[in-house]
Amino acid sequence: MSEYRIQGATGEWEVVIGLEVHAQVTSNAKLFSGAATAFGAEPNCNVSLIDAAMPGMLPVPNRECIRQAVRTGMAIEAQINKYSRFDRKNYFYADLPQGYQISQLYHPIVGEGQLLIEADEKAGLPEDKVIGIERIHVEQDAGKLMHDQHPTMSYVDLNRCGVALMEIVSKPDMRSPAEAGAYVRKLRSILRYVGSCDGNMEEGSMRADVNVSVRKPGEEFGTRTETKNVNSVRFVMQVIEHEANRQVDLIESGGTVVQETRLFDVASGTTRSMRSKEDAHDYRYFPDPDLLPLELEDSFLDECRASLPELPDAKRSRYENELGLTPYNARELTAEVETFARFETLLSATSSAIGKDEKALATQVANWSLSVAPGVMKSLGDEADPANATAEAQAAILKMQDAGEISGGQAKEIYEIVLKTGRAPDEIADSEGLKQVSDTGAIEAAIDEIIANNGDKVEEYRGGKDKLFGFFVGQTMKAMQGKANPAVVNQILKGKLG
Amino acid sequence: MTELTNLGVKDIRDGVASGSFTAREVAEAFNAAVAEAASLNAFIVTTPDHALSAADAVDAKRAKGEELGAMGGVPIGMKDLFATKGVQTTAASHILEGFKPQYESTVSQNLWDAGAGMLGKLNLDQFAMGSSNETSYFGNVQSPWKKAGSNAAMSPGGSSGGSSSAVSARLAPAATGTDTGGSIRQPAAFTGICGIKPTYGRCSRWGVVAFASSLDQAGPMARSVEDCAIMLEAMAGFDPKDATSLQMDVPNWEAALSADLKGKKVGIPREYRMDGTDEEILKSWEQGKEWLRDAGAEIVDISLPHTKYALPAYYIVAPAEASSNLARYDGVRYGLRDLPDGAGLQDMYAATREEGFGDEVKRRILIGTYVLSAGFYDAYYTQAQKVRTLVSRDFDEAFAQCDVILAPTTPTASFPLGDKSDDPLAMYLNDVFAVPASLAGLPAMSVPAMLNSDGLPLGLQLVGKAFDEQGVLNAGLAIQQRAGFDAQPEKWW
Repeated sequence: MSEYRIQGATGEWEVVIGLEVHAQVTSNAKLFSGAATAFGAEPNCNVSLIDAAMPGMLPVPNRECIRQAVRTGMAIEAQINKYSRFDRKNYFYADLPQGYQISQLYHPIVGEGQLLIEADEKAGLPEDKVIGIERIHVEQDAGKLMHDQHPTMSYVDLNRCGVALMEIVSKPDMRSPAEAGAYVRKLRSILRYVGSCDGNMEEGSMRADVNVSVRKPGEEFGTRTETKNVNSVRFVMQVIEHEANRQVDLIESGGTVVQETRLFDVASGTTRSMRSKEDAHDYRYFPDPDLLPLELEDSFLDECRASLPELPDAKRSRYENELGLTPYNARELTAEVETFARFETLLSATSSAIGKDEKALATQVANWSLSVAPGVMKSLGDEADPANATAEAQAAILKMQDAGEISGGQAKEIYEIVLKTGRAPDEIADSEGLKQVSDTGAIEAAIDEIIANNGDKVEEYRGGKDKLFGFFVGQTMKAMQGKANPAVVNQILKGKLG
Repeated sequence: MTELTNLGVKDIRDGVASGSFTAREVAEAFNAAVAEAASLNAFIVTTPDHALSAADAVDAKRAKGEELGAMGGVPIGMKDLFATKGVQTTAASHILEGFKPQYESTVSQNLWDAGAGMLGKLNLDQFAMGSSNETSYFGNVQSPWKKAGSNAAMSPGGSSGGSSSAVSARLAPAATGTDTGGSIRQPAAFTGICGIKPTYGRCSRWGVVAFASSLDQAGPMARSVEDCAIMLEAMAGFDPKDATSLQMDVPNWEAALSADLKGKKVGIPREYRMDGTDEEILKSWEQGKEWLRDAGAEIVDISLPHTKYALPAYYIVAPAEASSNLARYDGVRYGLRDLPDGAGLQDMYAATREEGFGDEVKRRILIGTYVLSAGFYDAYYTQAQKVRTLVSRDFDEAFAQCDVILAPTTPTASFPLGDKSDDPLAMYLNDVFAVPASLAGLPAMSVPAMLNSDGLPLGLQLVGKAFDEQGVLNAGLAIQQRAGFDAQPEKWW
């Protein structure tokens, strides 16, 4: 359990958090029209007659959007409702041409599910925790008003209008900003694994409504506020922090929290009231008579299930148990789609280059992927051309390292040159002299010379001063200009020193 | 040329195909009839050029020996609820006055593809809300019929009143209608013509200005059962742009028409014998039974026990859907915008909708908004949906015992314009016999039976099983053959 508490004048307060995450479904066309969904188009270019709600226009469900919602539901182990229905949420606003949003109130497509957030001491998460998910429903996004284009008028851009959203509603299971942050990150990761949402919070593909209430530990839930449209993990955590403290201060100074919708002000990091429950709309939800109930066939569900990739939790466990990676490495590698994809490609390339199975190489490739390669890339900055970071080149470097032909330091140097120039690693190692010497003759010659020149030390070593072994290794490496294979050096030294 | 305007769809199609006359001659004759009939106010806009160019295209095809299409050379009237590309489409409202769609409704496109041409856009009750054609922003439509001994302007019924008036006055051989709760059948009955509302989903709703989505169905209005069959075939068909469209082939209704009802059972619902139903209507119903018996059918009594709840349920469901469907008329993107000085967004909505909607439309938006409101939803909307299910179940059970149901179309004949306009409930009662089939989504047709003692037409209604338009058309044909209804309104316009 999280021990996150707000210290109030009257004692400790617990924070209760539920999140409604709106995730834009990845699809080429909108939920009920054929219009395109690409981000960044000129205003009102991705608008069909249906989106503009011209008289007599009718919605037709986009199969791909439904499929993505079902796959997402499956990824959070949720109940998939074979019967669901679309409802109209009625309200007037200039960014809502139909005068209603088509959503799913009464019969959502996805029922209860869950999501695991992993322990992460540094992030304030002492242990694993399962967060319940209430439902996922599919709905239309609205358009956008632009107030800065004309001195007295507002303009309307309908490009986003009708784009499919999944609203993923959690249970009020989170108890700290850290848990909420981890939940959003994990959800984002799952959506990206599944490919149902690009998770791009800056472009608005994913945003959260944050429900916060406070209570004395063990008491009933307090009254909650809902802060709308929060568009980054950091802001979600800020909102909770701010709202929880605001509510505690309010209650302790004799006030009461009112159920209301609030807005987050990014500049000040605070929230302010948007509308209270009293002026809340009466949305007059009712089943959309233009649409038949959605009835999903088993074959469709089977297809959705079969198309699911290995998901983060399963992958992480496989990395630990089958590949033998550390829990840290497994978590880091599986957090993002790009990271594991790069890792798996490189692991496979390295495995076939070296001819050893993946398990034997996993730790080496994981360390390379998580620390060595990103470190080199970062140190080069603009000098590096990311296009040169091919799996083939990296596998070639790892192969040379595995064979003892190059040292770890040489591997980095070679990779630097690869990133800058795109030259082949083998050729670099040869022509730049970046190879270890494993030739016993050269090493033996060097060692013989060192032994001859350091008779006193040899005597001391043989007399039991084992620590001097390091001295001989250092001298040998120095003589070999750092290019000798340490294993070979050790072996020969041991033989000669006796 | 005047006799060309007496011809129906089939005769025009066949006559053009055989070369008895050209499509252009037909179009010119009807264009002239339309131009003379301004006093009926059946059209909001006329489109003589559209009719002529469609006719010329058909004549050109014939010259080349090509197929002319199922409606080849037939000019029709288009209810102004169907979006027509580049031609004003208003739903008879001020809020859409001047609105010219960039698109063509599926049904109208199907008709043009079948070789039909457009004489003009027909007047209707505003947003198809009304049963007398008195709620149009563009003025009342008059029926061509007069009550014997009176010169009072009569109602052509509604909402497809421009369609019924035009077809019965021979301004068009046929017209499109839409039926949400009787809007094809009641005006057809009032004006002595035929009209069929097919099974829900037969005709695409794409491009039809929505009133109540779960009920709206397009259908043909014409002067014979055969003409309805031909035109419905041209209008219907699966449309991937309408999620409620039926994914079924369109049967060849015209070819399968048969007035031989041997082996068929015709159900007579006892609950339709309601208080307040006109004696002459009841008499026409009795007569209808005789005709169908004569055609070989067996008459059986059936029960539709939830009939009395159908109208109240309809007046919850339809306004609820309408209140939401009409939210898009907000002055932001098209149509009327009323932006008073210094007004904000909410003020613009209020001013635009106050100015743009008529009283009946506002009434239904208010009813619909009310029944969907928090705290009332279960008591009204949910309950009405339950009733709707029960009404459908009534029909399912009845159709276990019969093949088609015979009932009056309306409880009274046409009435003078203005007679009921102050009493919405009396007006709503006009559709008491029509609404149950709408709630159940079943095919239903009105065919003319006789004139009453006032010299006004009375219609009989046939309701069929889902997808059995053929059964409805066949029973309609049996009545048509026996009724021999050939009365025409005397031309006064």
